[in-house]
Amino acid sequence: MKAWTAPVRLAQGGVIMKTLTVSVVTPDGPVLEDAFEMVSCKAESGELGVLPGHIPMVAPLTISAVRLKRKGNSERIAVSGGFLEVRPEKVTILAQSAEKPSEIDIERARKAKERAERRLQAKQEDVDFKRAEMALKRAINRLDVYENK
Amino acid sequence: MASLRDIKGRIDSTKKTKQITKAMEMVSASKLNRAEQNARSFVPYSEKIQEVVASISAGGGNPDHPMLKSRDVKRTGYLVITSDRGLAGAYNSSVLRSVYQTIKQRHNSTDEYTLITIGRIGRDFFRKRNMPINNEIIGLADQPNFADIKDIAADSVQLYTDEVIDELYIYYNHYVSAITQEVTEKKLLPLTNLEEEASKGSSSYEYEPSQEEILEVLLPQYAESLIYGALLDGKASEHAARMTAMKSATDNADDLIGDLSLKYNRARQAAITQEITEIVGGAAALE
Repeated sequence: MKAWTAPVRLAQGGVIMKTLTVSVVTPDGPVLEDAFEMVSCKAESGELGVLPGHIPMVAPLTISAVRLKRKGNSERIAVSGGFLEVRPEKVTILAQSAEKPSEIDIERARKAKERAERRLQAKQEDVDFKRAEMALKRAINRLDVYENK
Repeated sequence: MASLRDIKGRIDSTKKTKQITKAMEMVSASKLNRAEQNARSFVPYSEKIQEVVASISAGGGNPDHPMLKSRDVKRTGYLVITSDRGLAGAYNSSVLRSVYQTIKQRHNSTDEYTLITIGRIGRDFFRKRNMPINNEIIGLADQPNFADIKDIAADSVQLYTDEVIDELYIYYNHYVSAITQEVTEKKLLPLTNLEEEASKGSSSYEYEPSQEEILEVLLPQYAESLIYGALLDGKASEHAARMTAMKSATDNADDLIGDLSLKYNRARQAAITQEITEIVGGAAALE
């Protein structure tokens, strides 16, 4: 395990934050690979923030937005069926689907949401509620990430 | 001897067939390219998930997740990947033959196995033989997304979890090169070959919340990703097989056109010779 190290202070007064490499991969290909200062996400067991130097860890993610922060900007990625694998210098997010806001098909997400809501409201026996619920969660998550980009 | 007009007609129709096979060859070649790309972009995900699964199952603890343990086999599942359309050479028939023979060897009654088919050709083949098909999917795109097969992959894994089947094999054509594809049988569940791969992964992890709960989520996803990987591999093979088949069809058409042209020219010459002989003969008779 690595001890926490204070940010290095340069002579000019600027601060270099340590960063970790974040890569997001899905079965359809890599979505993103870049350096960030912090990853915060929603794991099955609750909110989770990862800074550089974290001990190796694995955690399943809920259908939610992963927030990647660095100086000046931050990015949000909609993931579903995801996993977080943490190493001191590197965070890998394995997800069955992961999208940046710009990649989200907003029309499709809206339609998926309506469809899932209809299914949940229709009190029929042949509806697979669990599946509809997951679909609804995914759609809401996408809409949320798209609208708060 | 066939008349000149007959031969001409055959040459024309063969040429038209050749144009079609040539076009299909080129289409398949470009689809093969895309399929190869898709298979490549899947590699990072599959390597990573394999690494994580292997190091979790090796790294301490005593994971006795049902998906890792072999149990008595009462029923076997076979997942067969074929294409929707024919004209792909031996692509479908070699997989189907292999599955069919294996099933005939291993099982005596239809209660002992069930089939999951991807692709129309496979479905029709087993349906015609009255073999039990548990699940099927047809009309997959040439470049499938993970989302397209997620349901069938998840359902197949679910069958194992629900103990409807006690092991799951997957049959597909492995893409070796553009001209070689191999029928491959893989035992998908239970996941038994993790230990040998585990030596590669080294780090031990902290688990959030716990090892069991992570395996609970991770292992089904891993199995699904293996199915998707096999599908991508199979798709690349399909396009390669179709390309090769169409290439040899085009070559055959070329040969045929060559032969027919030779015949045509001979017949034409024979006709001319005969005409000259007739004229000469006629002139000689006048003298």
